[in-house]
Amino acid sequence: MRGYLGIDVGSVSTNIIVMDESDNVIHSIYLRTQGQPIKMIQQGLSEVAALYPDMKVLGVGTTGSGRVLASVVVGADCVKNEITAHAVASAREIPDVQTVIEIGGQDSKIIILRHGVVVDFAMNTVCAAGTGSFLDHQATRLGIPIEEFGGLALKANVPVRIAGRCAVFAESDMIHKQQTGHRIEDIIAGLCEALVRNYLNNVGKGKEILPPVVFQGGVAANAGMTRAFEKALGFPVIVPKHHAVMGAIGAAILAKEEVARNPRPTRFRGFEVKDNEYAVSTFECKGCPNRCEVINLSLQGDTLARWGDRCGRWSSQLP
Amino acid sequence: MKLTFPHMGSIYIPISALFRHLGIEVIVPPPSSQRTLSLGSKYSPEFACLPLKVNVGNYIEAMEQGADTIVMAGGVGPCRFGFYGEVEREILKDLGYDFEMIIIDPPQGRIRPVLKQLGRLVGPARVRDVIYALRLCWEKIAAIDQVEKLAVKVRPLEAIKKQTTKAVNEILSKIDGAETIEATRSALREGLAILRSLPKAEGPPPLKVGLVGEIYVLLEPFANLNVETRLGELGCEVERSIYLGDWIKRHVIGDIFRLRRHNRIEDLAKPYLGHFVGGHGLETVAHTVDYARRGFDGVIQVLPLTCMPEIVAESILPRVSRDLNIPVLTLVFDEHSSDVGVITRLEAFVDLMRQRRGNMGELRECVATLV
Repeated sequence: MRGYLGIDVGSVSTNIIVMDESDNVIHSIYLRTQGQPIKMIQQGLSEVAALYPDMKVLGVGTTGSGRVLASVVVGADCVKNEITAHAVASAREIPDVQTVIEIGGQDSKIIILRHGVVVDFAMNTVCAAGTGSFLDHQATRLGIPIEEFGGLALKANVPVRIAGRCAVFAESDMIHKQQTGHRIEDIIAGLCEALVRNYLNNVGKGKEILPPVVFQGGVAANAGMTRAFEKALGFPVIVPKHHAVMGAIGAAILAKEEVARNPRPTRFRGFEVKDNEYAVSTFECKGCPNRCEVINLSLQGDTLARWGDRCGRWSSQLP
Repeated sequence: MKLTFPHMGSIYIPISALFRHLGIEVIVPPPSSQRTLSLGSKYSPEFACLPLKVNVGNYIEAMEQGADTIVMAGGVGPCRFGFYGEVEREILKDLGYDFEMIIIDPPQGRIRPVLKQLGRLVGPARVRDVIYALRLCWEKIAAIDQVEKLAVKVRPLEAIKKQTTKAVNEILSKIDGAETIEATRSALREGLAILRSLPKAEGPPPLKVGLVGEIYVLLEPFANLNVETRLGELGCEVERSIYLGDWIKRHVIGDIFRLRRHNRIEDLAKPYLGHFVGGHGLETVAHTVDYARRGFDGVIQVLPLTCMPEIVAESILPRVSRDLNIPVLTLVFDEHSSDVGVITRLEAFVDLMRQRRGNMGELRECVATLV
């Protein structure tokens, strides 16, 4: 089989997808990053290698906050920020999409497209209220598996009003509502509505949200959130089949475009990557008062990449 | 007297030349670093904006090197900056430092109080020396502006990554070292020649990006996490809405002589904002309109968290963006800002502008075939 790999390394999850030559996603892997992105990339690649032992990789794309690290580890043909990757994947899935709502583990973003072109975007800044990690935490606290969390919200009679501006205060408000005896379904539905309100007021502020709206990212698995968005926006919200790995899909599509634009063999290091010994170390450069923290990535003792220096003193020593 | 002052971009070069030539010993604070910011954030009120925190850090680091006198600008109007000198003095006093603080307020047409403050600094210097020092100071400001304005045109085309920034740093340190007007001029000439001769790479024409916002964050690369350099390296030619020389001509010289020149730029903001809101809020809106009319590919607004004038502008910019069809990205900075977040947003914004330009290119081709 011939195809492309898309790798999205985020703070919470690491996703890898295998895409065939006709842009079909034939396999997707969703792993918890757990602070060990290199290990997770290797684990994901060994799964791909085990499933498709004869796979010929034509191109690899990386995205997410760990995109640079991932690109050096696997040898990527295209390294792209997650905003562009999500927009590309979404426009491929729903060609006339005008708004993309993306809520992941730590990030939430909104992307506005018109005629297939990104015209505006925004990302949450300092606050992660309403992202996957927070929902996860609440599910654990209530002893409900996260997979059932959204379904419970749909069983609500009258959603309770929860203060959703800040995750910490939302939690205390939820506890207060529990103690006044509200049904758990109503509280969860109320929480979803609060998080949607928070998203629309902070991330989506000032943006023209027009349908079709695509809702993606890990949180899109939560039916309660989708329902709350539809209620707030007043029109249906589309959750794509591969909503949790859209970033990786976008990365694969971009890698395919890149390889088509500049025909050359892929930079992919091969599936042996899964057995390599990578080591990351950092040091403070004392060359000038900037005191940059320089990160050094090495493979079996050979330096592969350095980054973090503002002047290029260290990174430019490498090809 | 060992004099120091806060950093703001390259301003330390003309300011230290000015005081050195008045016969005053100058201690330039170490360039702003993470340590500066940690010291500043530790001792400043949490909700003060980033400039105050970095200032406080600068003073502490300068006093560690023996500084005992601080020169700071005052201000008027709704922006808190006018009060910063006073607050900073109190913070440092509470920390137990022994120093004198000289706060120079804007003249607002009354030159005498300014001269009185300056007189304390000038001391026994002769009039001829004072005039030469001022001329040298101005010469350096003009030279820095010219270097920085050329650098942003060269950087997006550079063949070897980061070579422009490296060259600029060397040129600026030569300008800093020049002790006479003549030496400054020749350092500038050489510098511009070096920048022009840097090898260029083939590529698409650079995108044009306007940079607007609050003056400190705009001028201080440490505070804006090098947004100008990063954009250049991503292939954008950046025009800043404030350069030191232009700003001094308008606000200091204009203010001293009460030149109420009719200002075209601020009129551009009229349909959206008709009056002064403090700081550079009005100019931010006006320059965004200007960049849109001049066919720029996008505008980036930078501001320190909690900056009131820029928040007013921020809330107006989406309308300007829609009306004039120009993408606008706002970046807010405080001591928690990280490189990773800023890079992601800048890259995505550059992608957005490239896509738009691609489509407009197609549109132009369509129009061409119609004609």
